[in-house]
Amino acid sequence: MRIGILAIQGDMDLHHRKLRMIGISPLLVKTEEELKRVDGLVLPGGESTTISKILERYGLRESLKKRIEEGMPVLATCAGIIILAKKFDKDEPEVKSLGLLDVKLQRNAYGRQRESFEGPVRLKINDVEKTITGIFIRAPKIIEVGKSVEELGWYESDPVLVRQGNILAMTFHPELVDEDNSIHEFFVKMVEEKGGRNV
Amino acid sequence: MSILTGTYRLKVGLAEMLKGGVIMDVTNAEQAKIAEEAGAVAVMALERVPADIRKEGGVARMADPEKVIEIMEAVTIPVMAKVRIGHFVEAQILEELGVDFIDESEVLTPADEEHHIDKHPFKVPFVCGARDLGEALRRIAEGAAMIRTKGEAGTGNVVEAVRHMRKIMSQIKRITTLREEELMKEAKALGAPLELVKYVHDHGKLPVPNFAAGGIATPADAALMMQLGAESVFVGSGIFKSSDPRKMARAIVEAVAYYDNPRVLARISKGLGEAMRGLDVSKMKEEELLQTRGW
Repeated sequence: MRIGILAIQGDMDLHHRKLRMIGISPLLVKTEEELKRVDGLVLPGGESTTISKILERYGLRESLKKRIEEGMPVLATCAGIIILAKKFDKDEPEVKSLGLLDVKLQRNAYGRQRESFEGPVRLKINDVEKTITGIFIRAPKIIEVGKSVEELGWYESDPVLVRQGNILAMTFHPELVDEDNSIHEFFVKMVEEKGGRNV
Repeated sequence: MSILTGTYRLKVGLAEMLKGGVIMDVTNAEQAKIAEEAGAVAVMALERVPADIRKEGGVARMADPEKVIEIMEAVTIPVMAKVRIGHFVEAQILEELGVDFIDESEVLTPADEEHHIDKHPFKVPFVCGARDLGEALRRIAEGAAMIRTKGEAGTGNVVEAVRHMRKIMSQIKRITTLREEELMKEAKALGAPLELVKYVHDHGKLPVPNFAAGGIATPADAALMMQLGAESVFVGSGIFKSSDPRKMARAIVEAVAYYDNPRVLARISKGLGEAMRGLDVSKMKEEELLQTRGW
């Protein structure tokens, strides 16, 4: 099984470290050829405007969209969920999202960096409930969830972790928290179940 | 579990999010839009770019809040702004305005020649310049969440940024080869806290992201700094002092993303028009240097 991290821009080092902590050695993905070699992909946090522009300019947008539509599991954090989202609360001319995840997002919904926060996130994955620390950095908010989207985590009453088939997406950063690996572990299982070859 | 803001983890977290990107100096809303369209990860709001500060002289201070607000309203990406070394009231003002990152910068005229700002009490993260590892660790000890090389701002000449990055990287490498009991002596020589020297020894890197700044003027310069170990690049005068800022901005963004791919670098370096003119740092007088400000 080969898991990749989209390494165009953002906190790919933190995802790399997190995956290594659970015994996975990930591949950094910047080109179409590299994308072909992975069974699952992490879309890291970062600047969604920057990442979406490079995807577009380097012909990666369509191939990435196709792989996800064909069922490749993806784990998306913060900027990653923005890249995948279908709708936004207002025009976002600087972000060309893939439009695959049926949610409506509000970018920078909690405010600027001064308002970035750590707060309790309640998880419910495979009927196991627990509370972890969610790190929200200039985070977006999910303000509408489509029918095919399952909610797996909440901050207060807001959904912050969702799943739609092969897409696992969240508005916070589990890669910044050392104490808990459950989200990355769950993602690795999704890739294994999808028949990711063991390399 | 309570809700926390302004933690060190949140500060370094934002710095991590800016990795692999370009932070561009802008002086108005129009330039900020150009930077965002090109793919900048953040903009630095300024009244004058370093090349003009150098030319015009006088005391360079924090930008007018009106200017900073104009830029914050123009873009959705993070906005940084500079304060004078040691001027914690300018920093309080920028935090109040909602700036996302504060650069305690040698490009402005220092307000305090002995003390840098105590950056811990602020909710907003700080970036500081450094010429060597000791300086970097002193700033981190004061609470900086990101380090950048000082380089020599406003010259369009990358030589000083290269010198500073090479110095920091080789000092880090050397520390990883030391034995545990040698670290105290090293800390004393560097003028840096032992616990941070230990961190560098154990991890082979700084505890915060390490970016490049000062004199970067072309996509090749940006990629050079990345290959030398920088994790992102600040471009000051290099974009809006070039003949075609839109093109230059876009090319530098792509150069940082594909810094290790000469085929891409060759393609994007073509037909960019003229880069900023540039100065020979070796011919400058000591008092003209900005990098010697701060310690």
